[in-house]
Amino acid sequence: MSEQQPDTANATEVADCVETIRELDRFLDGELTVETHASIRHHLDGCMDCLGAFDFHAELRVVVAEKCHNDEMPPDLLARIERCFNTDIDGDGKIG
Amino acid sequence: MADRAEFAAQAMEYAPQLYSAALRMTRNRADAEDLVQETYLKGYRSFHTFTEGTNLRAWLFRILTNTYINTYRAKQRRPDESDLDDVEDLYLYKRIDTLAGPAIGRSAEESLMTLLPDTEVKDALESLPDNFRLPVVLADVEGFSYKEIADMLDIPIGTVMSRLHRGRKQMQKALHNYAVERGLGPAAAETEGKATSTTP
Repeated sequence: MSEQQPDTANATEVADCVETIRELDRFLDGELTVETHASIRHHLDGCMDCLGAFDFHAELRVVVAEKCHNDEMPPDLLARIERCFNTDIDGDGKIG
Repeated sequence: MADRAEFAAQAMEYAPQLYSAALRMTRNRADAEDLVQETYLKGYRSFHTFTEGTNLRAWLFRILTNTYINTYRAKQRRPDESDLDDVEDLYLYKRIDTLAGPAIGRSAEESLMTLLPDTEVKDALESLPDNFRLPVVLADVEGFSYKEIADMLDIPIGTVMSRLHRGRKQMQKALHNYAVERGLGPAAAETEGKATSTTP
């Protein structure tokens, strides 16, 4: 965060819309400090516009994670890997 | 020190995740299988360097990522595609209402989960250049932290954040394009420059 914010009277000030949208990624990634997270949360409680954007992106994250994570592994891959552990696969005279 | 014999017992459970990530990276099954196999072989051989009690999953993904970068990325010989167009913030969000036309309105409780088909989400992710695709896979699919991703890719955290931000926006643009191609929403909205216009 910027070291000096103009006219900041108290530390628990509510973030504005621009700040809030700027922190969207870090908020959803769980990478904000407790203080900044609380300030964004506070803003979202009173701003339907920003809340709509955050909800949308949270939903999109779930969709991406789920749909890019459901590939069926070829059934013989595990056996193939385990075979490597017991074989001198690269001919260096050692198992593995 | 970690014991080699322990490796199979502890590490094999991560194979499906590693395989999915490998598919997103290599974009084809044969290379993905080889990449996962190579990851396990390297892991097996260097398991003595793994500190017990630390995160085995992150350790394996680090090997996967490095193996991909060092072997497969070079092999694919893609042209230098290190940069992306600048895409507007909240790209898809600002257009989602035009996509969900009257027939398939999100207002009619259609979730993004049903609005966006599996193949289009995968294609949108796989369409990203490596520099952007890897951070997005590691963060959005695998749930690693900025710090973990920075360590895996050997880039600063600030670079992880900016690549994630731009990669995600580019992905949203691709998702939007696919949906428009599929006939959802007014195709002319883009050219009219009023993507969020309301119906009269």
